[in-house]
Amino acid sequence: MADTVEEVVNKESEPLFSKKNRKLLTDPLDDDNPITVQVLGICSALAITVQVQQALIMALSVLFVMIGGNLMVSLIRNVIPNRIRIIVQLVIVAFLVILVDQILKAFVYDISKALSVFVGLIISNCIIMGRLEAFALGNKPGPSVLDAIGNAAGFGWILIAVAVVREVFGSGTFSLPGMGQVNLIPEAFFNMGYMNNNMMILPPMALVTVGVIIWIQRSRNTKLIEEN
Amino acid sequence: MGINKDSNGFTFGFAVVLVVAVGIVLAITAMGLKPFQQENVQQEKIQDILSAININVSRSEAKDQFYDYVIDRVALDYEGNVIKQEDGKIITLDEGQEAYEGDPFNVDVQKEFRGLPAEERSYPLYICEKGGERFYVIPMVGRGLWGPIWGFVSLYGDGETIYGANFDHKSETPGLGAEISLPMFEDQFEQRPIFNESGEFASVRVVKAGNAGSDPHKVDGITGGTITSVGVDEMLKRTLQIYIPYFENNKNS
Repeated sequence: MADTVEEVVNKESEPLFSKKNRKLLTDPLDDDNPITVQVLGICSALAITVQVQQALIMALSVLFVMIGGNLMVSLIRNVIPNRIRIIVQLVIVAFLVILVDQILKAFVYDISKALSVFVGLIISNCIIMGRLEAFALGNKPGPSVLDAIGNAAGFGWILIAVAVVREVFGSGTFSLPGMGQVNLIPEAFFNMGYMNNNMMILPPMALVTVGVIIWIQRSRNTKLIEEN
Repeated sequence: MGINKDSNGFTFGFAVVLVVAVGIVLAITAMGLKPFQQENVQQEKIQDILSAININVSRSEAKDQFYDYVIDRVALDYEGNVIKQEDGKIITLDEGQEAYEGDPFNVDVQKEFRGLPAEERSYPLYICEKGGERFYVIPMVGRGLWGPIWGFVSLYGDGETIYGANFDHKSETPGLGAEISLPMFEDQFEQRPIFNESGEFASVRVVKAGNAGSDPHKVDGITGGTITSVGVDEMLKRTLQIYIPYFENNKNS
C-alpha cells in the first residue's frame, strides 16, 4: 500500500511533459547529442551513411530498440541484481534486435535485405547501452521512454544528415525506402566534366563529414566550447 | 522487498528466468514467422530467375508468372548428367523432406558452394520458354571481396550465346564492387558468345575497365571493384562449363 501512495504523489508532483522531462527530448538533439557531443555510436555513423535509405531504416530500428530497451530496463530496474546488470541489459538489447530482424524479414523483406548486417550493429551501438546504464536503470518508465526517443532522434538526424551529404556527392543520387535511387545530378554536368567523388563513399569521408557537423554546431552553440 | 537481491541465489535465479523468458518469446516468434520468411525468399528467387530472361515482375506476382515461363527444371551433376527433374508445382517442405530435396528448385547453390567440393555439388538448370523460344537459366555463386556474390545467367536455346544476366552480392562496397548488380554492368553480357571462333569454351571474360574494346568475349569490369570483377569472371567460367555437355547432348536429340 505504501508503495502505491508514494507513486501517486510522485506522479502529481511531476507530470510526464514537465519542463525537465521535455529537456530529455530536446537536449540530445543539440546540446547533448550522442554523436557530435558525446561521440558515441560513431561506428554505425561511419558504416551505413552511404545511402539515405539505409540511414533512415537504421535510425528507425534504433528508435524501436531504444524505446523497448529503456522501457523494459526501467520496468524491472528494482529487481535487476547489480552485479549482472550489464549482462541483463545486453540480453534485453539482443532480444529486441533479433525481434526486429525477424519481423523485418517476414513482413518487409526488401528493407531487411537493405539492412542486412547492420541489424547486428545495433546490438553493439554504444548509445543504447549507454542510455540503459545511465538513465533507464535509475528512472521511471515514462521519462525513460522520452529519453529514448530524444536520443534516438539525436542519433538519427545526424545519421541522415551525413548520409545526404555522402550520397549526393558520392553517388549523385538520393534514395528513400521503397522509392529506390533517384538521380540528382543531371547528365549535362557529367558531360561538362563533373565527377562523383568516390572518396565520399568510403568511411573516412563520413568521419570528415561528422567533423564538419561538429564544427558548425560548436560555432553556433557556444555552450559546448570548453573553458580552457 | 524481502529478498536480498545481491545474493548469489537471486542473481542466478534472475539470470535463468530472464534468459528462459527471452528464449521462449524468440523461439515462438521465429517459428511463427518462418513461413512468411520462406515465402519471401522463394519469391525473390523466382523474381531473379525471371529477371535473367528479361521478365521483370513484382515479388508478389512472381510465383504466378513462374509457371508460365519455366517449363521444366533439372539439376545436373558435375559431369552434366541429369540427377533431378521436376516440372510441376514447386515442392515445399510441407510435402516431406525427401520430396523437397528432389525438386531442383530447392537446391541451395550457395550452401553447396560453401560446404561441398565442386564434384559433389548439384547444378540446377531452369528451362524456360518465352514467345515460343527456348532459354536456359543458370544459377551461379562465387566470391566477392567481402562476401558471396551470385547471379542468374540465361542462354539462348542453342546454349552458345548469353541472353541476359542478373548479378547480386551480399556485402560488396557500395559504389564500387556493388555495381555488379546494376544494369550498366549486367547489360554488357547480352548477346555475348561463350565459345571462341574455333569452337572452344571461352566464357566471357571480365577485364579491367576500358580494356574490353569491341572484343565480343570481353566485358568491362568495375573501376575500383577489381576483386569483385575477378570474382564474377571466375564464377562465370567455372559454372558455365559444367552445363556444356548437357547442352551438346540436347542439341542432338
